[in-house]
Amino acid sequence: MIRVQTEDFNQQREYDCLREQSSVGAVVTFTGLVRDMNQGEQVAGLTLEHYPGMTEKSLAQIVLQAKQRWNILACTLIHRVGELTLSEQIVFVGIATAHRKDAFAACEYIMDYLKTQAPFWKKECNSQGISYWVDARESDNSALDKWS
Amino acid sequence: MIKVLFFAQIRDQLGLSELQLPSAENNDLTTLLENLKLRDNNWLSVLSKGSLMVAVNQTMQADNVVLCSGDEVAFFPPVTGG
Repeated sequence: MIRVQTEDFNQQREYDCLREQSSVGAVVTFTGLVRDMNQGEQVAGLTLEHYPGMTEKSLAQIVLQAKQRWNILACTLIHRVGELTLSEQIVFVGIATAHRKDAFAACEYIMDYLKTQAPFWKKECNSQGISYWVDARESDNSALDKWS
Repeated sequence: MIKVLFFAQIRDQLGLSELQLPSAENNDLTTLLENLKLRDNNWLSVLSKGSLMVAVNQTMQADNVVLCSGDEVAFFPPVTGG
C-alpha cells in the first residue's frame, strides 16, 4: 500500500496491518522525521513539494522492484507532503516477510531508491525564518551502488 | 501541444510552473530544451545545470526521446525526499 498525504500517520495502526497474515515472521519499519539540524543550519520546519502523479508512479515502481528481489508478504510506504514542523513524521516504510534478512534489506532498498528517484523536494525554514531549498547529497546517490 | 512543468528551485528561478509548447517545433527532448534555453540568459543558465533532471510522461529520462502532442515534460532539480 502506497500513500502520499498531508496527514500524519499512526505507526501502531500501520504495524498491525503489516502483521495480519500468519505467514509473517518479521516486520521491519523505518520512520523518517524532521530533524532540528541539517547541513549546518538550525531547522525550524520544512515544506515538502512533490510532482503529483509521478510521485505515486515512482513509488509504485520502487516497491515493485523490491518485490521482485525479496519475498515480501506486505509492504506499506507513506510519504507526507506540505508543511511539517520539528520532529514530525515524514516517511514510513514497513515490510513484512517470513524472515528478518529480507525485511531489513527491502526496507533499506526502498529508502535508498526513494531518496534518489521519487520526485519530492524539501524546502527548509531556519530559526531566523529564512527558507531555502535543501541540496541533494552525493552520499544518497552512492548508496545505490550496493544494490547493483 | 506539449505540456512543460517546472518544480522546486527550477520553478522559482524561472518564475514559471507550467507552459505549453507547440509539438511541431519541439519534436524531441533535446530540441525542446534548446528552444527553452534560447528564451533569455536566465533560462539558459537555469536549464544548463548539470544536475537538471527531466521526466517525460512522469518517467525519468537520461537520453533524448521523441515527443508527440499531449506529452508531459517536467524539469526539476535532484530530489530530496525521505
